[in-house]
Amino acid sequence: MPQLRMTGRGLWITALIVPPLAFVALFIVYPIISAFAYAFFDWQGLKRLDFVGLENFHTVLFVEPYRSWTLNAFKNNVIVFFALMVLQNGLGFILAYALWRELPGARFHRIAVFLPVVLSTIIVAYLFKLFYHPLFGVVNISLKSIGLGWLAQPWLGQSGTALGSIIVAQAWHMVGFPTLVFLAGMQRIPSEILDAVRMETESEWVKITKIVWPLVAPSATIVFTLLFVGAFNWFELPYIMGGLDGSPFGSTDVLGLYFYRTAFGNVSAGQQDFGLGSALAVIIFLFIAVVAGVITTRLRAREIQL
Amino acid sequence: MKKTILRAGAVLGAVLVAAPAFAQELTFWSWRQEDRAAYQQFINTFEAANPGITVKFETFEAANYNTILSTALAGGTGPDLAQVRAYGGLENLASGDYLEPLTVDMIPALADFAAPALAAESMRADGTLYAVPFASQSQLVIYNKAIFDANGIEEPQTWDELKAAAQKLKDAGVIPFANGTATAWQNETVTFGLGSSLMGKDFYNELMAGKTDFTDARFTDALGAVAEVAASYFPDGFVGLDYPSAQQLFSSGMAGMFIGGSYELSTFKSQNPDIELGIFAAPGKTAEDAKLVGLYFDGGYAINAAGTNKEAATKFINYLASHEFGQAMANTLNTVSAVPGVTFENPLLAEVAELNTSSIPYLMLVHFRFGEPSGSVLIQGEMQKLFAGETNPAAIGEALTNGLAAWYEPFKK
Repeated sequence: MPQLRMTGRGLWITALIVPPLAFVALFIVYPIISAFAYAFFDWQGLKRLDFVGLENFHTVLFVEPYRSWTLNAFKNNVIVFFALMVLQNGLGFILAYALWRELPGARFHRIAVFLPVVLSTIIVAYLFKLFYHPLFGVVNISLKSIGLGWLAQPWLGQSGTALGSIIVAQAWHMVGFPTLVFLAGMQRIPSEILDAVRMETESEWVKITKIVWPLVAPSATIVFTLLFVGAFNWFELPYIMGGLDGSPFGSTDVLGLYFYRTAFGNVSAGQQDFGLGSALAVIIFLFIAVVAGVITTRLRAREIQL
Repeated sequence: MKKTILRAGAVLGAVLVAAPAFAQELTFWSWRQEDRAAYQQFINTFEAANPGITVKFETFEAANYNTILSTALAGGTGPDLAQVRAYGGLENLASGDYLEPLTVDMIPALADFAAPALAAESMRADGTLYAVPFASQSQLVIYNKAIFDANGIEEPQTWDELKAAAQKLKDAGVIPFANGTATAWQNETVTFGLGSSLMGKDFYNELMAGKTDFTDARFTDALGAVAEVAASYFPDGFVGLDYPSAQQLFSSGMAGMFIGGSYELSTFKSQNPDIELGIFAAPGKTAEDAKLVGLYFDGGYAINAAGTNKEAATKFINYLASHEFGQAMANTLNTVSAVPGVTFENPLLAEVAELNTSSIPYLMLVHFRFGEPSGSVLIQGEMQKLFAGETNPAAIGEALTNGLAAWYEPFKK
């Protein structure tokens, strides 16, 4: 068995590795494990009572009203994921392609597209809340001024439009990110390949589907995985625009909000239950970890090494 | 040399032993950042009368205050005294044994406090009191006097008069009610601020006695009447109007009335110092029906059970329960102090106190926020559904009764 000798180099490496490891252990591994542990106990406020095994998990998944709350929030997260896949990543890809092809004004647009990403989420949320204001909002006023007044509505107050309105705000805010990642991927495509394509076809469509899309697969892996994690951890925008209860009547409720108000309570409506909240956190964490793992391996497999 | 060290040691020891007697510093936590200046004044008064005790006032964000406080108490870093919530919010904290039980022996002034005020700060199970109540709030209708005068409107005595007044405003191009229901908890405020008199005291008493539940027609009819008024007299698109926007609509003079709590009075005054406010309890069906406001207590002051300066803390909490403090609070913070015998310089506040003599508790907060799903969670979501036309009052009665049956014993079948 080789002995680890504490030479100068060994010490140096240890000194470099231990602080970050300790940091990760203390601030990431420990909280996750303790949340796991919390989920198996009954709580009264912040006072830990008896060990209850899987009771909390059973409650949030199978006992009313938690069951319908969990399902409703989960359903909304799924909607958010697919909608953003189209609005944020799909649009991001098209924008990236347009920027890559250096259409007129590309330099200006490169900045313009990325600018909203830099804004704080809070600012974006309040901005869009004002846009959607039923009486003074830009959206309704614009609709009325072009004779489409019948389309004006309380966007954030109806179950049919509230979630969609928040998704649009999110897509506007973050579309620059997939754009940037896709653009970087496109710029890595060797020019010989592109020259070769040009000799074969003039069709942009063929070029996109046969060459560009397969070659930006690594970028797609990144933005798809991050979008998945982001969509199921979604919190800030719905919190500010829909409120902690997912107003109106749960139509903007997502797992993040549901977890928060279950674990920490809601001053103006409900009670806190740390055990149920922790159980939810564990379920959300496991779900994201497993699915994100599967997505990553599946998407990695289709990446082409040049 | 040795002697010097010994002497120095003796002096140091004496200082250490005597130090607490010289100065005891109390920490006092609150979520009322906006009241900081006023509290500093109250504290100065107390410190002047109690040399040797200093009080440090610290504030935290209101929405997360309970979490912050309970975490600190559980971790042993809590303050000596803290402002705490009432009802379910208090039980959560008190059931962890973090708060010192209070008795009349400790705080003689408690003997004169009103029973509902003390109940708000006690555990339901054994009636142990954990905090000195500080203020009550009432849900009622606030109106803009100038707008009422300009349109020749008097305070309505019946439900029909209320609707007639709203119609008059609407015809004159003024938004009758500024309220919006996009912010979930506003649905509860609107429901009970407008509907308490329609529900009536008898319904409340029978509900508490377990003789009826929320499927009672007195309750569901009230919900229907509230929704009808909302549909006709709330702003266009009120379901998408959030709380701050609704406040602005009223304080800017664009709307004639606002259904809300007595806590709105000072907000409206600060948003628009020129506004002249009036208040009334929303009427019942006929002029003979008692006009009731929805009354509740805001919170109280509690002592940390694990605190080190309990003697000083007890002195301070006795001050917080005193008439002197209650009067000062009413005068500077414009709140209806829970201390008995306080008089109100501000005529509006005096009127609130007058209206409070005819009240029923603000139902969901006072009685149904002790388990999940809470009555508040249910009524807020259900009223939003009703405003959207996706449910009806009878179905809400069923949903409330069945939902609460999960933890509210009298509803269990």
